[in-house]
Amino acid sequence: MPWTKIYASRTEFEKALKDSPGLRGITYKEAIREATAQLLSADKSVFVIGEGVDDSGGVFGTTKGLQEEFGKDRVMDSPLAENGITGVCVGAAAAGMKPILVHMRTDFLPISLDQIVNHAAKWHYMFGGLLNIPLVIRSIIGRGWGSAAQHSQSLQAMFMNIPGLRVIMPATPYDAKGLLIAAVKDGNPVIMIEHRWLYDHMGHVPEEMYEVPLGKAAVRKTGKDVSIIAVSHMVHEAVQSAEALQEEGIDAEVIDLRTLKPLDTGTIVESVRKTGRLIVADTGWKECGAGAEVMAKVAEAGITLKAPLVRINLPEAPTPASPVLEKAYYPGKDDIIEAAKKTTGHGKR
Amino acid sequence: MKDILQKYGLNTLTKKILLDLYKSMLKIRMFEEKIVELYPEQEMKCPVHLCIGQEAIAAGVCQHLHKGDYVFSNHRGHGHCLAKGTKMRPLMAEFYGKATGCSGGKGGSMHIIDVENGILGTSAIVGGGIPMGVGAALASSLKGEDSVTAIFFGDGAFDEGAFYESFNFATLKRLPVVFVCENNFYATNSHQSARQSGCRIFESAASFDARGHCVDGNDALAVYKAAQDAVQLARKGVGPSLIEAKTYRWKGHVGPDEDWTKGCRPKEELDYWKEQCPVKRFTELLMDKGALTSAEVEDLKLAITAEIIDAVEFARKSAYPETSALLADVYREANK
Repeated sequence: MPWTKIYASRTEFEKALKDSPGLRGITYKEAIREATAQLLSADKSVFVIGEGVDDSGGVFGTTKGLQEEFGKDRVMDSPLAENGITGVCVGAAAAGMKPILVHMRTDFLPISLDQIVNHAAKWHYMFGGLLNIPLVIRSIIGRGWGSAAQHSQSLQAMFMNIPGLRVIMPATPYDAKGLLIAAVKDGNPVIMIEHRWLYDHMGHVPEEMYEVPLGKAAVRKTGKDVSIIAVSHMVHEAVQSAEALQEEGIDAEVIDLRTLKPLDTGTIVESVRKTGRLIVADTGWKECGAGAEVMAKVAEAGITLKAPLVRINLPEAPTPASPVLEKAYYPGKDDIIEAAKKTTGHGKR
Repeated sequence: MKDILQKYGLNTLTKKILLDLYKSMLKIRMFEEKIVELYPEQEMKCPVHLCIGQEAIAAGVCQHLHKGDYVFSNHRGHGHCLAKGTKMRPLMAEFYGKATGCSGGKGGSMHIIDVENGILGTSAIVGGGIPMGVGAALASSLKGEDSVTAIFFGDGAFDEGAFYESFNFATLKRLPVVFVCENNFYATNSHQSARQSGCRIFESAASFDARGHCVDGNDALAVYKAAQDAVQLARKGVGPSLIEAKTYRWKGHVGPDEDWTKGCRPKEELDYWKEQCPVKRFTELLMDKGALTSAEVEDLKLAITAEIIDAVEFARKSAYPETSALLADVYREANK
């Protein structure tokens, strides 16, 4: 499948594109914009709302020009009232609409936790399944250029803890489009967390509407020595580290979780059972994080590992602004390589 | 009666509407009193927030709403739902935790739903239902429907940011909403004056270029008239209104008892407000003016009692949910 392949660099992708003239290549942000436009065209109950969705930049290009195309009723700017507007979306969803609420930063989600956690997540269960809340909340993780502590958080684990929510974190343009379409059609509240550094990443994306099923991970590279299970931007770091490890004779398997809630336990367990070694690379913090949950699933499956598992996460501190501290803050492919070498050094390969 | 109606600007009000309004209030009062009576049996295993003393507001507002209009209520919501047309059986069964309850026994008394009558679920987070109500109004506006949404909340919710965020959005988009603040002066046991500097809730509407109106919430006709104006404006597309209806809850924040015994509020205050009983005042007015006879009152009471008894019987006889329902409906399953 051309869609599942992740290219280490833009040059490599462009070369592949030249070799397959039947395939189209677009960026992650264009894929989100295209999915949104197609959803707006296909379903009158879909509307887009968020701070600045109609501005000239269009939320880093993901909503650019949509208001001109679909009108102010379908694509609307919002007051700076994150909790209130989330509640407006929950109410509109209860009354039959399918809102897509957009936040420029994931850091704005904690302002709206009451409506997400106490309302959206509860409505279907609390009323015996009589009403569902088809609501997609998009948010973007920032990184770099001194984004600092309030414009860079990866808060997926907070939402993984809440029954009634789904959490998706696409890593490729193909998945960004397919998961967004699937999320809007899913009929449940879905938290979609994007990563700013993925926005210019290119990949093959079909022009027509398609869905990537929620709850299914993707194996980005098969391997037998160690399972590297990664999330969002860390999938790209993992793919690059796997290529480097291959040259050193370590055959790593890379799994892109794509959906964090529900987790694809089957794919995780199958991979770790095969390799016996596990590294989880997440964009968020360690304690009670996505990685911790992956490891719990592996432990519950009763798998005996050949070496201690490794979690690659942010250090337990808020994001600093200074470039020197910022560089020290974020783990990347070198950390994954080091972890893989360490873990494979423990057992037989 | 004509002179009175003229005073309220309700010249064209028919006797049927007067009696419907009266019946609605009486129904709420008697329903809540039945809960007071039965609650000590401990068969209703959920908290109950009673609205005795506040009946005129739910009744006066909901008289103007159509079946398809939306109502967003709150934890003290039995009256709103009854006034909007919710049947007693699914309500009572929900309080008893039964599978036949409006929420299948998963919500309890704070989480009432009645989709058919425009009640799309009730939040027990103070102020939580306000943005949702505005969202329902946005949905009807986007769909081009002419429905109106009434949102009931207390003076406690006026403390919450959710109110301001929602009110601003509703006025900005001129959404068909009536914000009804039932000001009973207490958030649990905290008096309004301990929580708010101005204590003029309705005046806040002005800064949003919306209409704010303060009424005696224990005067059924005053509430009826204020709601009539607000609902008409909303339905015409003029935009939202804020009605502040001053009232008093007779029972404690939660449960069937009066709370002055625990020192929560002064007894003299309760005594004063009991004199202002909305049901008593409306009964006396209607009877004084010859619009209602004792025989009619008795007939109404008999009919309501029968409905309540039937609902209690239904609730008691209904089965509890199967434990297999525990994990059902956390998510909407595909293609359901």
